[in-house]
Amino acid sequence: MDATSFVVFLSSVLFVIGALGVLLRRNALLIFMSVELMLNAANLAFVAFAQRWAHLTGQVFVFFVMTVAAAEVAVGLALIVTIFRTKRSTNVDDLAQLRG
Amino acid sequence: MTDWIVLGLLGALSVASALGLLLSRNAIYAALFLVLNFVVGAVIYIVLNAPFLAVVQISVYAGAIMVLFIFVIMLLGAERLTPAENPPGLSYQRPLAIALGVLALSVAAYVLLARGGEAAATQAVDASPTAIGVQLFRNYVFPFEVVALLLLAAMVGAVVLTRRTE
Repeated sequence: MDATSFVVFLSSVLFVIGALGVLLRRNALLIFMSVELMLNAANLAFVAFAQRWAHLTGQVFVFFVMTVAAAEVAVGLALIVTIFRTKRSTNVDDLAQLRG
Repeated sequence: MTDWIVLGLLGALSVASALGLLLSRNAIYAALFLVLNFVVGAVIYIVLNAPFLAVVQISVYAGAIMVLFIFVIMLLGAERLTPAENPPGLSYQRPLAIALGVLALSVAAYVLLARGGEAAATQAVDASPTAIGVQLFRNYVFPFEVVALLLLAAMVGAVVLTRRTE
């Protein structure tokens, strides 16, 4: 097992922990943070492969993933704040109906 | 050998902070665990010859994004989490999720162990900010402009969503 395999395995461990967070937690903020963890795990795999094949494309792609993650956080947190105003809760089980 | 010690320590710290995020009962603690995870990730980027991404990781993820998270948690006063009791009808969810996680991990471990050692590139690439900037503005100009549009849309969306409707 070389360093690249180790980092890629670490990235899959982090991804699975993030996925478990999305599946198991009930708080919208925690679910959102777990999604960030999953994005970060994917970035880690990109960087590992970029180093392995001595290619910059992987790093440029991570740059784009980070920008998209920042945009996603801005809109997602705005949604959570808006939902909290109407429901007084960030628990996703309280959001079972689509009517406001 | 030192590489392995450093990587092992960083990996252990990274997994531990991710587990802290998964298990903590307080949203602020979870956010701080995530900050720790991002900082450790930045150090791993440095080990993996990606200094530019390490700095961006610190300033964008650990800085901007997590400040936004903690700001919203405190704004909503939502830091105390109720114990995650499973609602009736979803009692199978937790064991199923853990089983799926173990399955995914074993598939990843099998793939990596079965076919790990293909020949790698011999010399390291120049990953300085200059080189990345050249790549960005020479080969990826169109995605760069699209990202600018995306950020503008996100900014307008966030403002419109949180505006109070009179």
